[in-house]
Amino acid sequence: MVRLLNRSVGRLSRHRRGPLAGLVLLLLGLALSGGLYAVFSPSSSAETAQDQAAMAAKGRQLFLVSCAFCHGQNAEGLTSKDGKLIGPSLVGVGAASVDFQVGTGRMPMVQPGAQVQKKKNIFSQTEIDELAAYVASLAPGPAIPSEKDYSTAGMTDAEKQEAIVRGGQIFLTNCTACHNFTGEGGAMPRGGYAPKLLDTDPKYIYEAMLTGPQSMDTFSNGNITPEEKKDVIAYIESMKKQPGYGGFGLGGLGPVSEGLFAWVGGLGVMVAFAVWIAAHTTRTKKKKGTAQ
Amino acid sequence: MSDSHELEHSIEAHTDELLPDPGLPEHHWRPTDVDPRAERRAERQVATFFGLSVLCTVLFVVFYVTLRTGINGQKIIGLGASNVALGLTLGGAFLFIGIGVIQWARKLMADVELVEERHPASSSAEDRSATLAALQAGLEESGIARRPLIRNTLIGSVGLLIAPAVVMLRDLGPLPGDKLKHTVWTKNMRVVRDVVGTPIRPSDLEIGDLVNAEPEIIFGTSDGQPLPEGQVLEGADLQVAKAKAATVLLRMDPADIVSDVTRNWSIDGIVAYSKICTHVGCPISLNERTTHHLLCPCHQSTFDLADSGKVIFGPAGRHLPQLPIGVDSEGYIVALSDYPEPVGPSFWERDTKSPSEIADEWSKENGQ
Repeated sequence: MVRLLNRSVGRLSRHRRGPLAGLVLLLLGLALSGGLYAVFSPSSSAETAQDQAAMAAKGRQLFLVSCAFCHGQNAEGLTSKDGKLIGPSLVGVGAASVDFQVGTGRMPMVQPGAQVQKKKNIFSQTEIDELAAYVASLAPGPAIPSEKDYSTAGMTDAEKQEAIVRGGQIFLTNCTACHNFTGEGGAMPRGGYAPKLLDTDPKYIYEAMLTGPQSMDTFSNGNITPEEKKDVIAYIESMKKQPGYGGFGLGGLGPVSEGLFAWVGGLGVMVAFAVWIAAHTTRTKKKKGTAQ
Repeated sequence: MSDSHELEHSIEAHTDELLPDPGLPEHHWRPTDVDPRAERRAERQVATFFGLSVLCTVLFVVFYVTLRTGINGQKIIGLGASNVALGLTLGGAFLFIGIGVIQWARKLMADVELVEERHPASSSAEDRSATLAALQAGLEESGIARRPLIRNTLIGSVGLLIAPAVVMLRDLGPLPGDKLKHTVWTKNMRVVRDVVGTPIRPSDLEIGDLVNAEPEIIFGTSDGQPLPEGQVLEGADLQVAKAKAATVLLRMDPADIVSDVTRNWSIDGIVAYSKICTHVGCPISLNERTTHHLLCPCHQSTFDLADSGKVIFGPAGRHLPQLPIGVDSEGYIVALSDYPEPVGPSFWERDTKSPSEIADEWSKENGQ
């Protein structure tokens, strides 16, 4: 028995420096750690009230460290002595708002300014869910949407096509004023801007409509129904897949970038060409008939 | 003037002789004029450019036939392959002809310098007197001075040619009448969501919600029931009605509202304004939730929706018209009347009144 084991271990050991050994080991490690995580980690659905309360308690700890400096110890919001808003109250903004602001890296904010910038998110999704559970426990507000709210995965091609057509009309009526009909975003007063939608995750688009981050208007479920929101996202997703039929979009910003290109690139090449034609006059000192 | 300059001048006066005419400088030939090998090489270059143009044109036809367009078309670096290929080949076809012609002219066409002296602008004295004599002879031969009947009928017939122009220009009319002053909004017409046409209850909207709205008649219904055949707007009439009646509905904190007029015409912080900019009529719904400022993307006119649509920035000359709204028996938002003032850009006969004057007139008319 021992000999048999030894023999098979020896056979394995012979392959330990083989070209595939590293890959096999990596896959083994991943499968093992994933399995262990699934066995030992708490259920992420957190359906019971106790789970929610526990998450909210954890979220409060995170909140006190990362958010309370501006939003106050109890998320009541803070104003300075001369009445300037430091951080708004988070009572009633809902879990969706927390998931959007923290998930896209906008919160915690680095510094005040015309607009809070998107940056790398440093919280894990579990931590964000805990923070969201804490803020949601303060007062009712929009919840984090689930994937079936915004994903078009389960639709047939015909259903998807209908959703894109409906969503396109709603998008062109409600969204293009700020975000541009190409979804590229645009400038807003006093240094603000409407962000590009084409590189935004569908979940965050849904949450932005639901909660109206920063200067954006709210498009609550009473304003644009959940089905219509899904249609809008289907349309934005379809725009991502469109090739540029009109050539390079140059950022899709209209006359600024296109005019710059036409003046500097287009006219510049023509002027350079004209200068070259005029300047490049080769003449020789030789007389006619003297060559050869 | 310095002394040294005057001195120089006086010296020049003594050596005042005409300089000899240096004539034209010697003509330098191009390499292609003196070297037959260079000439043949240039000839081949020009022919090559024309040949490249031929190649591009042939490729254009080939790509036109082979590449697919539309949603299932081929792509090159994220661009539609057909568009890129057709543009490059046809552009190349023209460009290579152009380069070839320029190269031909620079290297091979005749290389001579020409002098063309200007001639005086006026005609010679003989020409002028001959022309005058011919004119005079024509007048006498036509006998226009001796036959006033012909002269007068000619003047009359040419003068009457104004009439066709008048008749045709008249078709540009009739004058718009009061069309510029009214939209399709009427008392108790429901405010519905644009595109989907569903009515709105005040409770549907949260603070910060913005709805792009239209009057219910645009969707061919009245209080949710289909309109009879003749009253449904269609075609150009529908588009005109829709463009003029477009409205934005916004819910703000009632405490944020500044002007009394805005407060009187709102429900629980829900206000309705025309979506058509008063500058040149662009549709505007670029709203900042935090400030209630509505911005026009065309020329950056900015209106304060908390303060009767007052212009706070940009070229617009008039405030944004507000639509008085209320709630019907079923709890849906309705208009209390048409817009109390003309919507959209200014026109000749339009008068300027402050929001409070308009509200006073509106109260008298509607008995409220």
